[in-house]
Amino acid sequence: MRRGMTIGILAAATAVALVGCSGGGGGGDARTKGPITIWYSNNEAEIAWGKQMVEAWNADNPDEQVKAQEIPAGDSSEEVISAAITAGNAPCLIFNTSPAAVPQFEKQGGLVSLSDFEDGDDYITSRTGDLAEQYASADGAYFQMPWKSNPVMIFYNKDLFAKAGLDADSPKLSTYDEFLTASRAIVDSGAAKYAIHPAPTSEFFQSWFDFYPLYAAETEGTQLVEDGKATFDSDEGEAVSELWRTMYEENLAGQEQYQGDSFLDGEAAMAIVGPWAIAVYGDDVNWGAVPVPTSEGTDAAETYTFSDAKNIGLYSACKNQQTAWDVLKFATSEEQDGKLLELTGQMPLRSDLTTVYPDYFADNPAYTVFGDQASRTVEVPNVANSVEIWQNFRDGYSKAVIFGEGDIPAFLKDTAAKIDTLASAN
Amino acid sequence: MTTITRPTEVEAQRQDAPRPRRRRWLGSSPLGLLFTAPYLIFICAIFAYPIVFAVWMSFQDYFFSAPGVEVDRPFVGFDNYIAVLQDPAVWQSFRNVGVFLIINVPLTVVLSIVLASALNRVVHARAFLRVSYYVPYVAASVAVVGVWLFLFSGGGLVNNVLGDLAPVPSWLINSQLAMPVIALFVTWKQLGFYILLYLAALQNVPKELYESAATDGAGGVRTFFSVTVPGVRPATLLVLLISTITGANLFTEPYLLTGGGGPNGASASPVLLMYQKGIEQGNPDVASAIGVILIICVLIIAFIQRRLVRDEES
Repeated sequence: MRRGMTIGILAAATAVALVGCSGGGGGGDARTKGPITIWYSNNEAEIAWGKQMVEAWNADNPDEQVKAQEIPAGDSSEEVISAAITAGNAPCLIFNTSPAAVPQFEKQGGLVSLSDFEDGDDYITSRTGDLAEQYASADGAYFQMPWKSNPVMIFYNKDLFAKAGLDADSPKLSTYDEFLTASRAIVDSGAAKYAIHPAPTSEFFQSWFDFYPLYAAETEGTQLVEDGKATFDSDEGEAVSELWRTMYEENLAGQEQYQGDSFLDGEAAMAIVGPWAIAVYGDDVNWGAVPVPTSEGTDAAETYTFSDAKNIGLYSACKNQQTAWDVLKFATSEEQDGKLLELTGQMPLRSDLTTVYPDYFADNPAYTVFGDQASRTVEVPNVANSVEIWQNFRDGYSKAVIFGEGDIPAFLKDTAAKIDTLASAN
Repeated sequence: MTTITRPTEVEAQRQDAPRPRRRRWLGSSPLGLLFTAPYLIFICAIFAYPIVFAVWMSFQDYFFSAPGVEVDRPFVGFDNYIAVLQDPAVWQSFRNVGVFLIINVPLTVVLSIVLASALNRVVHARAFLRVSYYVPYVAASVAVVGVWLFLFSGGGLVNNVLGDLAPVPSWLINSQLAMPVIALFVTWKQLGFYILLYLAALQNVPKELYESAATDGAGGVRTFFSVTVPGVRPATLLVLLISTITGANLFTEPYLLTGGGGPNGASASPVLLMYQKGIEQGNPDVASAIGVILIICVLIIAFIQRRLVRDEES
């Protein structure tokens, strides 16, 4: 009898727990309107943009108020978002969704397909143009709104270049030979300890700031994985890897992580960064920016690079998804994109960027080159196991290129084989 | 005159019947259960449930999903374990943590017992010295790691002192030296806690034993090995177990000090790999399999340590 009661209590407790779990955030009706919550990035400029955007929306929509907060602190935004998806308490919109994490969030059932909205695909493609294709999932649906990019370029310190006897106003950095020659001059002259110092650590995303921009440029816009296959086991992949290996072998790039900003501190004379850095470096560094190099040199107007984009996700725990979609469109409207550009210096992913905001680029000529570059960016591939793919690539790259163990063709071949398997998995 | 009426045997049996059953379930002091309940619940919720859940996950094709989303998580038998055992990075991480334990555990035991004995004898500035050893233990790892980076980076203090004798590549990017540096760092950081354990244990060593040893003409070293070391053996077992368990769970130091287990995974630990695979890459099933293997390894080491120290004791 007692045993029966115990079993009964346990069964009831389990049932309550299961009901509690399943009811936590199973998603809402796509047509519902009402108050929503959003998260945005925690850097000062984006907070300022987010606050004014929410204020503007709330003023006109008293029945669909938006409550906004900075993304909660964590090791990375992706971990916080993944945990929120699992817990069922993700907000409606997150204005800091990494494209590399989207396949995983989609697999978790955490994202709403924006293509399911009547005007979803049309809105995305009309705003972003051909670049939007890179953000579509394997089935062609959009689970992320392409929002803003930070097309990375070579920042160089004009003072250190002058000290090394290089032309500081129009430095020769377009071919690999020129890049190596300039790098050697910088280090040999003692102008800086390193010519460039991309983080040599093992995190999966670090290759986005050394190998990938140069690979995008060398291949004229090829992603790491296309059509389910790794693309880098090629002459272009080998050329980029050889360049970086030479940089490390000759101590022109540092193998050890630097605590701080090596470019800002003058430890390195160059850096690969996006336009966000303009506000950060400000007057502290007398800087210039040029496109990343290619083996034979490419015209600046044709050079591709890595986008370093952050997008907007609409999360399935959202109850008022129609309001979320309307807010998303409001936040990516021409007016709000203009304010984003003005307040953060980051490039809205619009196909007509430089023509829509001519006044901004006229007033801020430093950003013009980034505005132009924004139309030729390559995103991380939107494929299954995206993070694992990048970690595998980083591990192989770190060994063969940064620490010079083994030969580069073997690294490219072995890593490509692993990535082919990962990319083809569900 | 008082008459005592004894209950009949049948009545006595009736009265006593529920007692053994209740006693069997609740023990002789049911109130004790009430007092221990919060901690038992804590242990079950924070340790037991996650371990059982992790073991279950390691046999499924599992990934975290949003509540209410129907996903297929089939039973996959030992597939995750096979994947883990075929992954060279996993083997390397276990070798790395083996190197770490070989350096860290003996060093921790030796240094903490020696320093605790010395501190126990100190008369002046005793509190200051004890606090000094304890400060690194309570300091945030992130802050302390910054100091060690300053010391052991390529252009750091240690290399400047060593000059031409500085290793190439430098400490933290040297595949032979990265893990030993981490082991030294952790030993230094945790030492204060173990010293405290030994200081507590030293208070229980009878003073008469020291007096007898002195009477027999034993010197300091002889007294240390013949009186102090045997006297704190239970504490030594505790230090061995705790340092082994915490060492096997190494994560923060390779994550921060060597930039994610570098160079080339030479300082990657199993827990760091679990973090990468389980949290970053969304494969908690594979991460759980690594965790289960790690638990088994730690249990085996702890069992051997216990047997060795007990055998010596007996």
